[in-house]
Amino acid sequence: MAEHIIELKDVTKYYDDNLVLENVSLYVNKGEFITFLGPSGCGKTTTLRMIAGFDTPTSGKILLNGTDISALPPNKRPVNTVFQRYALFPHLNVFENVAFGLKCKRVLNTYENAKGERYTKKEKLSKKQIAEKVQKALELVDLEGFEKRSISTLSGGQQQRVAIARAIVNEPEILLLDEPLGALDLKMRKEMQIELKEIHKRLGITFIYVTHDQEEALTMSDTIVVMADGVVQQIGTPIGIYNEPANTFVADFIGESNIFNGTVVGERQVRFCGKVFDCVDDFERNEPVDVVVRPEDVRMCAPEEGKLRGTVISVVFKGIHYEITAQVGKYEIVIQSTDKREEGDVIGMNIDADEIHLMKPKYTSNIFEGVITKRNTVQFADGEFECDVTQLYPGSHLDEEDYLVTAAGEKLDLTGTEVRVEVGLTDIAISDDEDAGGTTGNIISIIYKGDHYRLIVRTDGEDEEDFVFATDDLWNENDRVSVIVPKDKIKLSLKKAEDKKA
Amino acid sequence: MRLQFSRKMLGIPYAVFLLFFVILPMLIILFYAFTDKEMHFTFENFVRFFSDPSKLSTIAYSLVIALITTLACLAIAYPVAYILARSRMKKKFVLLLLFVTPMWINFVLRVNAIRELLNWVGLLGEANYFNTIFGMVYDFLPFMILPVYTSLLKIDPSYYEASADLGAGWTRTFTRITLPLSMPGIMSGITMVFLPSMTNYVVSDMLGNSKVTIIGKFIYEYFGTNWNMGSMVALILLIVVFLSTWLTGGFKEEDTVRGANI
Repeated sequence: MAEHIIELKDVTKYYDDNLVLENVSLYVNKGEFITFLGPSGCGKTTTLRMIAGFDTPTSGKILLNGTDISALPPNKRPVNTVFQRYALFPHLNVFENVAFGLKCKRVLNTYENAKGERYTKKEKLSKKQIAEKVQKALELVDLEGFEKRSISTLSGGQQQRVAIARAIVNEPEILLLDEPLGALDLKMRKEMQIELKEIHKRLGITFIYVTHDQEEALTMSDTIVVMADGVVQQIGTPIGIYNEPANTFVADFIGESNIFNGTVVGERQVRFCGKVFDCVDDFERNEPVDVVVRPEDVRMCAPEEGKLRGTVISVVFKGIHYEITAQVGKYEIVIQSTDKREEGDVIGMNIDADEIHLMKPKYTSNIFEGVITKRNTVQFADGEFECDVTQLYPGSHLDEEDYLVTAAGEKLDLTGTEVRVEVGLTDIAISDDEDAGGTTGNIISIIYKGDHYRLIVRTDGEDEEDFVFATDDLWNENDRVSVIVPKDKIKLSLKKAEDKKA
Repeated sequence: MRLQFSRKMLGIPYAVFLLFFVILPMLIILFYAFTDKEMHFTFENFVRFFSDPSKLSTIAYSLVIALITTLACLAIAYPVAYILARSRMKKKFVLLLLFVTPMWINFVLRVNAIRELLNWVGLLGEANYFNTIFGMVYDFLPFMILPVYTSLLKIDPSYYEASADLGAGWTRTFTRITLPLSMPGIMSGITMVFLPSMTNYVVSDMLGNSKVTIIGKFIYEYFGTNWNMGSMVALILLIVVFLSTWLTGGFKEEDTVRGANI
């Protein structure tokens, strides 16, 4: 069984009042190449910095070989980091940079005195030992002969290599790499990916790598941890994560995906794009599901042979394949194929049962906690919305003074009543006129689902509530919008049984 | 012929300024320094200065006072600048402002205030050298804090992290990373404190009870009676200043990346 060299237990991190990491638990096997992958702001760098010791978790534990190191300062951890922008010391040359860690090191040497008794002494490494180690490290990164060069005369790629040499020369148990290839151009990045993988193989130590580049993660890693919004979305091998994404976020972030809304109609049978398909995932009947199909898994055939039939609306040459978009009824399906088609061609399409991935939708409805205000509106998600309060009491109505009169004729003042607010996924509209809706926020996620987009808008007040909904219109991530919910689409229910009497 | 405006013409006012207010006065000083009252060329002023032990000791005193003032300023300013630059305090600029505001209060007023303070504690006239240095440190401290603070602020925090990551404790990080990288700030602080404290005789006059004479005072007095000797002392001071600036590396192009003039 593999040994867990690093283990995170329920690690949560707040910066001031911002939650950046929520209950992250994971372990890293000794010797593996593990990648934290996610969009910017997902918490991957924070996780790395806590393993390095630059940040301490707000709560939770970090274990190194089974011992809690959460409070250990970075200089006491057997861990070295390759920084995002290298952080090479500008006043030292290449040799001095690489030797920096060795000069801090103290090793136990055993001696024998005249009486033959053995004793140990903590000593610095000798100049010769340091020079040898630096030389070896520079050889490993192909920078022999660069010892005397000043950092500012090196190219980006060379600085990158010095940064790697400076870290590995200390023979750390774990090497942390914080988007180390981000500043390099594409070709250089590809070369360094291979080289890093090679170095990992040769050293046999654990690599923890942080990147937002999914291709990089797939190419290099033994294990990938997909993160978003401070939460681990999925942990698995590159193949596992690519083929069996745990949710639509992972499916959308890793590789290209067709994502549709589907319904389970029978045993291992799902209906989407207007047709029933066999699949391998078993879900409860009539359950709504997210259906994910990779573009390369859609096979084109003659129109009459395909389960789906559609018209090609766009063809894009991508180097090794064509990306073909077909219109099937109101749905769009993206196909990757080495066969070329022309715009306007009618094609048939088939999808194998084991290429259809079903997943439980993360969002089925928007639920908020709200409070009724004086004017019989409801306050939630950093905003105020008009609503129909009579739905809280069947048969009730509002009198001239806007008091609620129940079916029994009782007069109620609802001001301050706490309610549960429910808004359906299709009952929300957004507008770029900030005054048009009840609250404002930024679009934080857009996923295309064949015939519509699924958007998430996060309000910008203190509540930071998310509105999830479907729309036909294309927006951009980070657009600022106001959220409109029609009065009759706001479903209210009483949160507590205790009613405040007028 | 139409006068064509070219960008070079923007430099003309500066050239005129440099000519009349820098080059010409220097030439005049040079002229006076090597002539006597009858305008005859002579080395006498030079010889007289260096053959008079009291003048040489004044130079030595000035240097020592300036040196102690500079070191005291550095010793006080560095920790303050370090703490301010590295703290995550949101209101740290207020603190910095408090340290720097005295700079904006009238110089004579400040020196007078110190004088009254020293009189009140009974030190005035008792410890002339201490009082002079005390006043100078008080006066020139902001000129040390500001450049050191700026240079510390410019250090990328990832260098500290990298140093800790490589196993260095606080002391090692400070001596190997922080100090060398803040050297440009230290150097410009030294230049800004050392030179004025050699010549600012107002402080030494008022706080030193007129018992402390520094080289600036000399020049002032000579220009009342003997312009030729005054010019010679000014010239010698210029050379001393030039040498000390050169020794501290002040003439190198500001190279913030390499950072260390050591």
